[in-house]
Amino acid sequence: MTALVLLDHEGGQIRKAALSAVTAAARLGDVHVLVTGDAALAQAASQIAGVSKVLHAADARYAHELAEPLAALLVSLAGSYDHIVAAAGATGKNVLPRAAALLDVQPIPDVVSIVDAQTFVRPIYAGNALATVRSSDAKKVLTVRSASFDAAPAEGGSAPIEAVAVVDSPDVSRFEAVQLSDSARPDLESARVVVSGGRGMGSEEKFHALDPLADALGAAVGASRAAVDSGFVPNELQVGQTGKIVAPELYMAFGISGAIQHLAGMKDSRVIVAVNKDPEAPIFQVADYGIVGDLFEVVPQLVEELKK
Amino acid sequence: MKILVPVKRVVDYNIKPRVKADGSGVETAGVKMSMNPFDEIAVEEAVRLREKGAASEVVVVSIGVQQAQDTLRTAMAMGADRAILVLTDESPEPLAVAKVLKTLVEKEGPSLVVLGKQAIDDDMNATGQMLAGLLGWGQGTFASKVDVVDGRVNVSREIDGGTEQVSLALPAIITADLRLNEPRYASLPNIMKAKKKPLETIPAADLGVDMAPRLTIVSVAEPAERKAGIKVGSAAELVEKLRNEAKVI
Ligand SMILES: Cc1cc2nc3c(=O)[nH]c(=O)nc-3n(C[C@H](O)[C@H](O)[C@H](O)COP(=O)(O)OP(=O)(O)OC[C@H]3O[C@@H](n4cnc5c(N)ncnc54)[C@H](O)[C@@H]3O)c2cc1C
Ligand SMILES: Cc1cc2nc3c(=O)[nH]c(=O)nc-3n(C[C@H](O)[C@H](O)[C@H](O)COP(=O)(O)OP(=O)(O)OC[C@H]3O[C@@H](n4cnc5c(N)ncnc54)[C@H](O)[C@@H]3O)c2cc1C
Repeated sequence: MTALVLLDHEGGQIRKAALSAVTAAARLGDVHVLVTGDAALAQAASQIAGVSKVLHAADARYAHELAEPLAALLVSLAGSYDHIVAAAGATGKNVLPRAAALLDVQPIPDVVSIVDAQTFVRPIYAGNALATVRSSDAKKVLTVRSASFDAAPAEGGSAPIEAVAVVDSPDVSRFEAVQLSDSARPDLESARVVVSGGRGMGSEEKFHALDPLADALGAAVGASRAAVDSGFVPNELQVGQTGKIVAPELYMAFGISGAIQHLAGMKDSRVIVAVNKDPEAPIFQVADYGIVGDLFEVVPQLVEELKK
Repeated sequence: MKILVPVKRVVDYNIKPRVKADGSGVETAGVKMSMNPFDEIAVEEAVRLREKGAASEVVVVSIGVQQAQDTLRTAMAMGADRAILVLTDESPEPLAVAKVLKTLVEKEGPSLVVLGKQAIDDDMNATGQMLAGLLGWGQGTFASKVDVVDGRVNVSREIDGGTEQVSLALPAIITADLRLNEPRYASLPNIMKAKKKPLETIPAADLGVDMAPRLTIVSVAEPAERKAGIKVGSAAELVEKLRNEAKVI
């Protein structure tokens, strides 16, 4: 059996989450990957360990991973594959369901575990239940959670690169612009340590109180929905049911109450720390270590302690 | 211009879902049900477009059990003009929902279909994209801003590393993300008015759509519970524990 992985990229780099999709696909069979954009991306794809063929769609219409042309391209390639896989990120979730509909397949989103070639485990109800589902479709279309599969090594492979031709698709969409946050910090979804702030951070300015701590730990910064909605930080930092799903070695929550929608995005972290001035905050029910106190006092103290 | 907004009745977001003892699913009997929060955002956006004069009519549709009428009445209390209930006792998968919606789109001829980005029960995040595929329309998913101008719709989308703008030819599909707007509360007079707005019921079987599920639920289980840990008294103690006990730093 052979699986085709759509490798998504952002800012000229293959997303780390896509490497987890390669690992998941390798459990299902031989792995081919489809990548759009320039030749450098195809080169990078060919070096991923475990990939046996790279399909490169170099045409400009695919460069921004617009769903309409890319889903049509996937459909044209699907004949040779049993599984079509992508990371459960913005691109995978935008493109794969469209391709699945065109293939008359019910997609299986957010896979966290593979039981066999047609049986998969996925969380429902904000991760409050795990459903094991078996697909009766001839082809399986799935997105996988990067937090649940290790990333395939970015180097070590030497797969051949094959150019793929353009296919017709409805000319109904146009890419206009993109604004990417140019953070020097590690990627939220793959960071070893995540430092997150909630409504308790108080303002955009005061949110920066977390910066020295994130610097000291080499951590990515995350946030609750309330912090994003209040304009403290941009949307791409939201952790939770409807934001990013993370499972770092260490997750530190400051001024976050612990609503189920937030827990859905971080409760698989190995160690959870919570700092909250309310001793009854539900976040303490999932925290390995908690401090009841004012985060604006605790954070600078932590930074001092880490220097020792 | 007509706007179609599909709305789903789901377990209220404030309720902690419980897995049924026999592992067949999540308990929904006797549980408070509400409109999927993303669909409230979708309804709000459609109503605002009509209030701005960019649209003439907002039609809401739900595919589900008889009680989904309540959800449709709520949407009409928020300002939708009329409603369609496609009646079924099954819980259709997104593929089936998209096929049903396609038949309604062909009948109603909307220029825009605004859906929620995901339903908070099944968390599939798929229906809008699938409907767009079946119709061959453009899709503006995870929308945080929508502008209708000169026969096109410009959409800002929340993506992994930031925000992206796309421009779509009409007719098109939009799926609403959290930051698109803040939905209004329905006022009492509007709730009363909504009771008189037209609500048409169509048995799903009459649409001639294959709704057979493709996924079989093998089992539904509770995830492993996390246990509450300990409270520590100081930052110094926390750093010591993280270094020597948990060994994460
Ligand atoms: C459809 C839907 C989807 C959602 N998706 C998500 C999602 O993906 N992610 C998400 O996070 N939420 C999501 N939510 C929102 C979620 O329900 C909560 O509203 C949100 O997580 C609350 O954020 P918070 O914990 O920062 O704020 P609050 O609940 O207001 O908590 C703030 C906490 O900060 C503490 N605090 C205040 N000041 C201090 C201080 N100086 N020192 C220490 N502690 C302090 C308070 O005691 C309180 O516990 C969603 C909701 C809905 C309806
Ligand atoms: C593994 C699995 C387990 C399930 N378990 C249960 C269960 O325990 N109990 C149960 O009742 N059902 C269950 N179902 C069915 C499920 O409730 C959904 O109806 C179905 O899978 C659709 O997924 P979704 O709502 O997450 O779609 P999404 O693609 O996330 O929905 C996106 C948007 O599409 C629109 N939409 C979706 N469905 C409808 C609709 N019916 N009417 C109008 N608009 C709609 C809304 O605008 C919504 O915001 C299960 C299905 C699966 C596959």
